[in-house]
Amino acid sequence: MSRTFVGMPPFPTAARSSTKDGQLRANLTHATHTIRDKRAKAVAELDDWAELREAGKRIKDHTLRHLDHYLEQLEASVTAAGGQVHWAADAAEANRIVTELVRATGETEVVKVKSMATQEIELNEALAKAGISAYETDLAELIVQLGDDLPSHILVPAIHKNRSEIRDIFQDAMGRWGRPAPEGLTDRPAELAEAARLHLREKFLRAKVGISGANFMIAETGTLVVLESEGNGRMCLTLPETLISVVGIEKVLPRWQDLEVFLQLLPRSSTAERMNPYTSTWTGTSDGDGPQRFHLVLVDNGRTDTLADTVGRQALRCIRCSACLNVCPVYERAGGHAYGSAYPGPIGAILTPQLRGVESELDASLPYASSLCGACYEVCPVAIDIPEVLVHLRERVAEGGGHRDGHRVEGAVMRATTWLFDHPAALGAVERAAGAMRGLVPRRLPEKLPLPGPAKAWNDSRDLPELPEESFRDWWKKREQRGSGE
Amino acid sequence: MSSREQVLARIRTALADVPRESEAAPDPAAVPRGYRTTHTGEDPAAIRELLAENLADYRAIVHRVGDESEVAGAVGRLLAERGSKTVAVPDGLPADWLAEVAAGTERLAEGPELTARRLDSVDSVVTGCAVAIAETGTIVLDAAEGQGRRRLTLVPDHHICVIRPGQIVASVPQALPRLDPRRPQTWISGPSATSDIELDRVEGVHGPRTLEVVLIDD
Amino acid sequence: MRVALFLTCVNDAVHPRTGRAVVALLERLGVEVDFPAGQTCCGQPQFNTGYRRATEPLVRRMDEVFRDYEYVVSPSGSCAAMVRDNYPRIGAKAMAEGRGSALADAAGRLVPRVLELTEFLVDVLGVEDVGAYYPHSVTYHPSCHGLRMLRLGDRPLRLLRRVKGIDLRELPGAEECCGFGGTFSVKNPDVSAAMGADKARNALSTGAEALCGADNSCLLHIGGTLRRADAPMRTVHLAEILASTEQEVYA
Repeated sequence: MSRTFVGMPPFPTAARSSTKDGQLRANLTHATHTIRDKRAKAVAELDDWAELREAGKRIKDHTLRHLDHYLEQLEASVTAAGGQVHWAADAAEANRIVTELVRATGETEVVKVKSMATQEIELNEALAKAGISAYETDLAELIVQLGDDLPSHILVPAIHKNRSEIRDIFQDAMGRWGRPAPEGLTDRPAELAEAARLHLREKFLRAKVGISGANFMIAETGTLVVLESEGNGRMCLTLPETLISVVGIEKVLPRWQDLEVFLQLLPRSSTAERMNPYTSTWTGTSDGDGPQRFHLVLVDNGRTDTLADTVGRQALRCIRCSACLNVCPVYERAGGHAYGSAYPGPIGAILTPQLRGVESELDASLPYASSLCGACYEVCPVAIDIPEVLVHLRERVAEGGGHRDGHRVEGAVMRATTWLFDHPAALGAVERAAGAMRGLVPRRLPEKLPLPGPAKAWNDSRDLPELPEESFRDWWKKREQRGSGE
Repeated sequence: MSSREQVLARIRTALADVPRESEAAPDPAAVPRGYRTTHTGEDPAAIRELLAENLADYRAIVHRVGDESEVAGAVGRLLAERGSKTVAVPDGLPADWLAEVAAGTERLAEGPELTARRLDSVDSVVTGCAVAIAETGTIVLDAAEGQGRRRLTLVPDHHICVIRPGQIVASVPQALPRLDPRRPQTWISGPSATSDIELDRVEGVHGPRTLEVVLIDD
Repeated sequence: MRVALFLTCVNDAVHPRTGRAVVALLERLGVEVDFPAGQTCCGQPQFNTGYRRATEPLVRRMDEVFRDYEYVVSPSGSCAAMVRDNYPRIGAKAMAEGRGSALADAAGRLVPRVLELTEFLVDVLGVEDVGAYYPHSVTYHPSCHGLRMLRLGDRPLRLLRRVKGIDLRELPGAEECCGFGGTFSVKNPDVSAAMGADKARNALSTGAEALCGADNSCLLHIGGTLRRADAPMRTVHLAEILASTEQEVYA
């Protein structure tokens, strides 16, 4: 288990191979279209969806605006309820804290609830280096872990795999991790789920340490909330003696009552259900019920940098529902791996460059991984204007682009274009020149021609448009000269 | 500077552009909430029907009984039909509910000896609940009397849950004020399920694969 | 009523026929049309690629050029959306950078008067039957910015349904992006091409003679894809269909 997103190529390069992978395309198209249609139906059931969405947005904005206050309140509440709170400024510190907490229990195995935060900080890899095996227990995470693969979706990390690929992974790898797959395993989803149940049951029953994230944390009461479907979360949250929850600081909500908004928004947006099968809430520790030691690790890891950006901070409203992935035409064709982080799709394209910065080629390419079609904004349950943030981050890339050749040249072109557009007479002359040369431009340019990058990229798959003899501007001028009305 | 101080300081710096009331504590109640507190009418019978419908829609098996005196018969019959040899019994479960359980069925009272490993070989568990939500088809357990510690309703593969009329609310906003966040809660909407394989919903992974609900009408 | 035609730079240089169609259509409906010659480009390519500062002279130019008109009508949802959604942002950012309110004021003046063609026809003129005749089978692709930023809704389809002789066919996956996205199509050519191919396949599945849209940028992309495949389908701007009559054919 050593695969990470480190060293991935920029988005366009990674996406190129995905677009040519027929199986991957078919898997993704089937899965995203299925879930997006279901979501639309689940949302249509509530005639006050727009108001819920607005309230969700406003509650998150209010919380972010007073984040320091609510985190301190949360810390006090959790502590009063018997939990212990740790603060981690970055991924390395969070991993160090968790590793030490696990070591203190004397255990070398932990069971994990699916958690985006622990994927982001690459906790499993850090634990492995310390000799601790972390077992993912969500079915899709299990598929990814057994397949030595990377997650490609927030909700359904193995969305890129179809049933027969999953069967093969289970047959090949389960035996190396514990109970092998049953003989004669078919690719029926129910049988695959049964195989996972049997494989994981022994791990749940012997686990002494559980690791989770949280969907929400309630400042007023110190309550943590996890939404899930399979019951693996309940297993990890209640059976072990020690529970360690690793949670991003933006996950806090002020009050218990605020859940009434998010428990309506999240299930319908993510799994397209009225309610997910299981939601667990816990407040510190309870005598005789569930873990008797509870640690909360609050993670910054770039979130405060994101908060400092007045346009980009809205990304911190995200409740990780993945509705934006399921409607995104770019995600559907590029696949999740191309985004090079735990957060794929439109939300990843605005979150990753803010959490990690735009210094690497990959991170600088993410804000451009969108046609700005706006489908993501439309379905976002907390109204994150993803296209707005994408364009805003492109500015950060373009402005910081002096040392990147591509953006230096591009910037010069953009400025020259503006000059031209600010001089209509010059523009008219260019148009006339193009019109005069139109006969020389074929639909498809010769392969040998030393074309500038953009023209070649365009012409590789599309014919160039035919240029008109005369621009509108010239036609209009002549018409005016003739006297209007012709 | 500790990481705690460092993170809090970064937050305050990040929010330098935002006008903030430095003295008064922020008021989360001031956030406007234009949504409904219910999408269903006030009629208890209609709310109960909606609950039954939504529970069934997510594959819980719903059994209607006229009043509480009929619970024992229903529970006895369901355990017999399942062929359950062992049933876990939470503290404080009304004794009447188990009055018609077959004599050969072993009852296991809650206690430290009823470990997860022991529960793994228990056939069924019978509980009440704290609240049931009609619009979402959700049962909420809060580990109070008659519901048991969380593992009790998690490890056995068959869960029978009895809902009294007074425990039913229409909506999520109506449910939360009735629940004490200090108690550990499990919200259950149908049996365990996954959609991780090609987004096809499959019932039954780790939690109880069969959820039977005994709904008392009156 | 006198309106200014905000044609857009792409239409001016590559699709002048669309501009001529808009003029014919509006004049037929009794509207006096002017084409202020100082207009060039709204700045969308620069802005959406991350060069906001390079957009600013064009915001000022747009404000000056169109200042005297009650309505500024554009046959491009994308460029109308650029003005309506992004000009206020450009103004706000300049103010936040301590560079005064001139750009915000320019945006404030321009935004309420800029309308996409179908908005102007349906909302201002109050017409759906524009007296057009177009005896061809057509399928309509709603472009993303018109659909989601301007919220044009079914205005284009309401206009098309009233065209005499037209055989209007429903486009599968109509609301999915065609993959153009301005500089997206050259920065992410493979994904863009894959999206365009799917859009072209859906369009061809209708068996229509023409794919109609209200944004020539998208049509340029889809049309280029169709031509590359030598597909039996042409692209046509909505205005050209609406301008066509039995006497005069624009498309």
